[in-house]
Amino acid sequence: MNREQITPYRIRKIIIEESKRAHVGHIGSALSVADILAVLFGAELRQCGTDDPQRDRFILSKGHAALTLYAALQLKGIIDEDQLHTYCGDNSLLGVHPEHHLPGVDFSTGSLGHGLSVGAGVALAARLSGNDYRAFVLVSDAECNEGSLWETVMFAAHHKLSNLVAIVDDNGQQAFGKTKDVIDLNPLAEKWRVFGWDVHEVDGHDFDRLQSTLRSLNTESGPPHVLIAKTVCGKGVSFMEGKVAWHYMPLTDDQYTMALEELEAGRT
Amino acid sequence: MRRAFAQTLCRIAKTDPRVMLLTADLGFMVLEDFADAYPDRFFNVGVAEANMIGLSTGLASCGYIPFVYSIATFASMRGYEQIRNGPVFHNLPVRIIGVGGGFEYGHGGFTHHALEDLAIARIQPGLTVISPADYRQAIAAIEETHTLPGPIYYRIGKRDDYVLPGLEGRFRLGRAETITEGDDLLIVSVGSISSEAFSAREKLAGLGINATVAVVSSLRPAPKEDLRELLGRFSVALTVEEHYVDGGLGSLVCETAAESGSGCRVVRCGVREMPGICGGEAFLRDRSGLSVEGIFGTALAALDEGARSFGGLG
Repeated sequence: MNREQITPYRIRKIIIEESKRAHVGHIGSALSVADILAVLFGAELRQCGTDDPQRDRFILSKGHAALTLYAALQLKGIIDEDQLHTYCGDNSLLGVHPEHHLPGVDFSTGSLGHGLSVGAGVALAARLSGNDYRAFVLVSDAECNEGSLWETVMFAAHHKLSNLVAIVDDNGQQAFGKTKDVIDLNPLAEKWRVFGWDVHEVDGHDFDRLQSTLRSLNTESGPPHVLIAKTVCGKGVSFMEGKVAWHYMPLTDDQYTMALEELEAGRT
Repeated sequence: MRRAFAQTLCRIAKTDPRVMLLTADLGFMVLEDFADAYPDRFFNVGVAEANMIGLSTGLASCGYIPFVYSIATFASMRGYEQIRNGPVFHNLPVRIIGVGGGFEYGHGGFTHHALEDLAIARIQPGLTVISPADYRQAIAAIEETHTLPGPIYYRIGKRDDYVLPGLEGRFRLGRAETITEGDDLLIVSVGSISSEAFSAREKLAGLGINATVAVVSSLRPAPKEDLRELLGRFSVALTVEEHYVDGGLGSLVCETAAESGSGCRVVRCGVREMPGICGGEAFLRDRSGLSVEGIFGTALAALDEGARSFGGLG
């Protein structure tokens, strides 16, 4: 049932509509992770959006994709449509980066290199208290520039935090250009592997593959897990795909119409 | 104080299973008792303070009370943004233990001298900031505050053998503790340097100058009412802190004096420039006017200046 409700298409449509309404950017980064959040919020996360201490936690460490999270929360029924429409308005709980005062946001983010350490703390707490909840942390590829992230990568591997799942949105772009031109991360999967993580390289837009990979993870014992999700920045809107400018630019009226038409045509 | 901290934490952990201890590879010969008694609640995270703060934030969000331990400079500054965006923003019970305020790590050099930790800690809304004056007060402070819902920064001194006369180990959150009474001068001090402030007071008494000494260990919440009352009774107040003069206790007292319109003149004893030279704690304190002699001299000058301006003698 959730599969019909929280689809990548519906998330992307909300991203386009709300970013146009608010006249703000970060659209490319948001579209990049639409399929990943559709899988997580559609099927994977247990009791998300509740206050249940046993719920899985989700941390959007790449907080600039908050609109994707808001879309998932609205489709999940955790926030309503009226609240969604306050995105980037005054007196709103929905800013460019997500904050925990909004229901369904486990942790406020926006400063890269922080979320994975908090997720590791959650995973450690679950283990110490004998519970089976898990922490899912979505980081960007450029976030792997942050030294603090690797502090956590080492800690989680050393302590075998099998209930910690990192997902790297590997879209190859960052604010100023291609990641390979700024700080080349390759071989990214190999880096995580030699640090002791269970690494899965997946197509970050393949819903079924993402879902089956997440379901295959042993979150009860063994090393922590990372999905290196190969994605395309701006995925679903041809004139945005792979274009660095869409890290920041808002939509014109014509671009808005074209984007919605393309999404409709490619609807899955 | 740091051994008193470790022993107190062991005691608290016995009845409170939420208490944990994380260290960034410091505390050798101090933290072993806790590590031995509660191995499942002790983590040496390695030399990684930023990660330690993030981990403790996640742990605290799931019901634990993590104490994180390092030298005060590293504890307060390396993970400062993680402290701000983590336990401060989310109001979580993370306890940051910064060991060795001011020049306590004397020969360790500038990287080990915490001269601004109280300033950067006390500006964060909701972050309780505590700097005990002796080990007995440290014990009382930890016992009284360890269950607070929000985050706390404790600046913990290294000495475990000193008892500040008149304090009797008292600690009250948001209050100042007056340890001696006198009508001629107000001395307000914070932390380990209170020992020198007290000795300077004794030296002044030898000249027939009687000072009130108040110890401020709770910088946030600040003892504004107590300070207002004290400032209202004196024309000159001397603040004493092993810290830059900006942002810490001296600033707090100046803010309070100005806001209350007390008219009390505030003279700040503290560190005014980067030391730029090696030496032991006593040497470095003395260079910054924080020895007994230095505080005594500043007090006399302040009283003299006050008398001149007041009596028109200058």
